[in-house]
Amino acid sequence: MNRPALPDGLVVVVKRECETCRMVLPVLSQLRASGVELTVYTQDDPTFGAEVGALHDGDLSVSWHHDIETVPTVIRVVDGVERARTVGWLRTEWEMVTGASGLGPDLPDFRPGCGSMSVDPDLVDSLRVRFGASTLSARRVDVASAEDEFEAMFDRGWTDGLPVVPPTEARVMRMLAGTSRALSDVVAVVPPDLVEVTVEKVAINAVMAGCKPEYFPWVLTAVEAVCNDTFNIHGVLATTMPVGPVIVCNGPGTRAIGMNSGMNVFGQGNRANLTIGRAVQLVIRNVGGGRPGEVDRATHGNPGKISFCFAEDEVGSPWTTLAASRGVANGIDAVTVFPGEGPRCVVDQLARDPESLANTFASCLRTLHNPKSVLAFDAVLVVGPEHARVFAEAGWDRDRVLDELHARLQIPGTDLVRGANGIAEGIPTHLEGVTLPKFRPGGILLVHAGGGAGLFSAIIGGWANGDMGSTPVTREVTR
Amino acid sequence: MTTLLDPTNEKRALNMERVGRPESLSGLNVGLLDISKARGDVFLDRLEERLAEMGANVLRYKKPTFTKPAPVDLRHEIAMNCQVVIEALAD
Repeated sequence: MNRPALPDGLVVVVKRECETCRMVLPVLSQLRASGVELTVYTQDDPTFGAEVGALHDGDLSVSWHHDIETVPTVIRVVDGVERARTVGWLRTEWEMVTGASGLGPDLPDFRPGCGSMSVDPDLVDSLRVRFGASTLSARRVDVASAEDEFEAMFDRGWTDGLPVVPPTEARVMRMLAGTSRALSDVVAVVPPDLVEVTVEKVAINAVMAGCKPEYFPWVLTAVEAVCNDTFNIHGVLATTMPVGPVIVCNGPGTRAIGMNSGMNVFGQGNRANLTIGRAVQLVIRNVGGGRPGEVDRATHGNPGKISFCFAEDEVGSPWTTLAASRGVANGIDAVTVFPGEGPRCVVDQLARDPESLANTFASCLRTLHNPKSVLAFDAVLVVGPEHARVFAEAGWDRDRVLDELHARLQIPGTDLVRGANGIAEGIPTHLEGVTLPKFRPGGILLVHAGGGAGLFSAIIGGWANGDMGSTPVTREVTR
Repeated sequence: MTTLLDPTNEKRALNMERVGRPESLSGLNVGLLDISKARGDVFLDRLEERLAEMGANVLRYKKPTFTKPAPVDLRHEIAMNCQVVIEALAD
């Protein structure tokens, strides 16, 4: 529906239910008597304000399109353009906006207004659909009343194997309120079918995943972060290895939307963690066409391919954040995407000095994918708070921890070549005399997360790294 | 009745007719695409020998990495030069 233009002069929006609106009726009469161009809209009772010729904003289109949040609202319009506005009753403000003086001499100086019907929580969803749904361009799918809509969505292949929330116009419009981006904006080109995905299509899938609107900017950013040649979601999807996009979130926004960075950080129970990651995978499935058994050729896969998303515990961390280590300023929300398998636990209950704990970490990291594989894969090392404290008390910062780990992960070629240690797998035998690092520089991503009790950490193994595979991507969250 | 919004890309796959099977490979250009996985070349070397015995002109191509789709230019080149193509997977 088109935005109705406001007439020139003074425009006032009121409703009978509002005591302040009733109180200012004599002021409106006073303005009208002064000869000023005055147009009054009443939201509820069409007879309210009849003495000043009030028009009924019955469908609330004037209120909706002109962002009326409080009644009364007074707007001065010149040549069709809003020049000034005030809400409630504050005599000085009214006099400034209207240009009149001596308004409502018997009234108190100030009285707050009431909520506009156009922002009534009981009405706002239907208004959003009434005035915005026509801008949605997705195909409409009617599900008959005798049909179970959840089963209908399974039947159409729209789900990841779990039920999804039905993406109705009202829910999608509400999701779109979570971003300032235009719904027709192209967010990314999604593999494997290389389809341009709009903000609207991402919103539909975010609804299905169970996201709240405040999660939506994180979903949009994560979709951007995986759909590019650097991260290479095509390969991450298509590979026979058990990897999917692991999303690590940083910044104060993670706390604002209630993400989990603590106890059971990779587990069940947190809506934001689970639905943000799920929405990204639904976009890959539904828009990109990436489905298991088709382009997704994983031998085993892993449960994290439904969703694997968590926040770093920044508040409790002794270190700079992952995002900061990758160039994002502190206090800025960001996502880092990593092509990862499921997490494995690192147990060390006895280490009280950093050297001993670094030895444990290095020994466990050494076995990643195969003890004889070097340089081929990155890893995320998620250090639990009790382990991090051991390093913090010894004064080891992020760089020191990583330097110490890399130093312990230099492996002589004699242990790596094909056939060594009774294992056929390995590097070519001519490299026997060379010492090689397990990880490339920057190949260990250090994150602080987990519950406060438990001398445990976790390793998330990666996939083919670098230009020939995937490189982790960090992006600031845009709203 | 509930109205849902379609979450898919709303595209329909094109049904394309297959090219007719050649009576013989003799004299045809046969492209062999190595996807750059370990030992795929072993398989393709042997295929090249066998195809050459059958009188085919073998053209060899290689993707930069097995983790990404073949670049558009490479696909175009193969399509322009070959009547038949064999893509070798590995593992």
